[in-house]
Amino acid sequence: MNLDAPFVAEPRHESAADPERQPKARLQIIDGDVHPALRTPADLKPYLSQRWWEHFQTWGGRRRSGMSYEPYPKSQPRASRRDAWPAEGGAPGSSLRLMREQYLDAYGIEYGILGPLGLTGQSEFNLDFAGALASAVNDWQRESFSVPEPRLKSAIVVPYDDGEAAAREIDKRADDPAFAQVFMLTRSQEPAGRKRYWPIYAAAERHGLPVGMHVFGASGHPYTGAGWPSYYIEESSGHSTSCQTVVTSLVMEGVFERFPKLKVVIIEGGFGWLPALTWRLDKLFERMRSEVPHLKRRPSEYIREHIWLTTQPMEEPKDPRQLLDVMEWIGWDRLLFASDYPHWDFDDPFRAFPAALSRERLQQILTGNGKAVYRLA
Amino acid sequence: MPRHVIARAEDLPPGTRKLVHVAGRDIVILNIKGELFALSNKCPHKGGSLARGKLTGLVLSAEPGTYQYSRAGEMLRCPWHGWEFDVRTGRSWCDPDRLRLMNYRVSVEPGAAVAAGPYVAETFAVTVEDAYVVVETR
Repeated sequence: MNLDAPFVAEPRHESAADPERQPKARLQIIDGDVHPALRTPADLKPYLSQRWWEHFQTWGGRRRSGMSYEPYPKSQPRASRRDAWPAEGGAPGSSLRLMREQYLDAYGIEYGILGPLGLTGQSEFNLDFAGALASAVNDWQRESFSVPEPRLKSAIVVPYDDGEAAAREIDKRADDPAFAQVFMLTRSQEPAGRKRYWPIYAAAERHGLPVGMHVFGASGHPYTGAGWPSYYIEESSGHSTSCQTVVTSLVMEGVFERFPKLKVVIIEGGFGWLPALTWRLDKLFERMRSEVPHLKRRPSEYIREHIWLTTQPMEEPKDPRQLLDVMEWIGWDRLLFASDYPHWDFDDPFRAFPAALSRERLQQILTGNGKAVYRLA
Repeated sequence: MPRHVIARAEDLPPGTRKLVHVAGRDIVILNIKGELFALSNKCPHKGGSLARGKLTGLVLSAEPGTYQYSRAGEMLRCPWHGWEFDVRTGRSWCDPDRLRLMNYRVSVEPGAAVAAGPYVAETFAVTVEDAYVVVETR
């Protein structure tokens, strides 16, 4: 599909093999956002009953009109690094061989936490079909990635708009060490703290699994509070507002009071917005507490205790000290490295962070925090 | 000024490119409509390999609602984050002074001249009948 990039010699050595990186490569990196892809939808066929495969062949998926599965080209073809197309064909992320060569081995990744997007059942209107697809995607991740490559941990994709079915899927997978997190998207049908989603949080807490909230979601809600913007650049920056909705709703609905051991990871929304949101919520709480009497503590305390964020796509202020200030404020134990491989806004673990970040802090973000959050049995 | 023979000219026709390693550097050679360009391969932003980048035009706008499209195929866009580089200067469009690629002299030389030297042609058997792409490193 990469038709406009003509003949290219194989690089003599990929950038990951730079000598300057070798000492740091001893850090055992945990990556909170790696995207596997189907070669074709038929990859799911072995994991769907005949009833649902025929349904898919006959009726297809039903999402809000115009919400496509295919992010093409979206900045780069299929929203992916142009060097991530497998020679054997298929989309970026569909070849375990290339993922190993280009990413896992080249960078010394200890664990990559998978997050499937696209044809996963999430955002399907037919909730029974959504549940069948989500379960099939979980089987497919396990068999195609986590079993042959134990460094890759699958996500329990849940049909989150059907909370009970989602909880059943979590219960079904929870004892399987191939799975390291529960996986939702930020633009759900209702704000994430609403009661329809509580069975998911109950199941995640019960099994000690974090809930990853990845940006996107084809619920049909626009990226902004005023409808659909013109540009992809607005969509990209708008993801952070959907993350703010998630955090605010989880706090205000009392989810963290009800599920005191719940861990939530915000994925791919950046993090620079969190301090300002938290300050505002605390200020409002002091004035409006009686509206939400179920909250026993300030919003900032729930956020500090329950919310983690992946770092990609990193904010890149001209003065890196400002970024370090923000990171310090959020907490060095709350930030998790993520690459978003193979997508175009990939963060390289050795180049994404400001040079002024100490090795100790870097190690925490690249390794230590992931070990504390994910179930990496 | 070491000069390196990196390809037979006929092996790098218009519309093609080649990534070469000379004098310790990765350099991408582009043949754009018969004109040759040689730029450092590593994106100064976050290290993407520009040899995999797309060549696009330069789209500008004097005011909202208007646009001017020019320089077709002369902007090299990083395959990762999409930074645009001018192949003629190596400078990025958004931060031209800070983020720029090394820009090397590149030319086609007749085989007779190449054979006479002083060129570095480690991997080529040079014949006087052919022409060769030569890149100069500083």
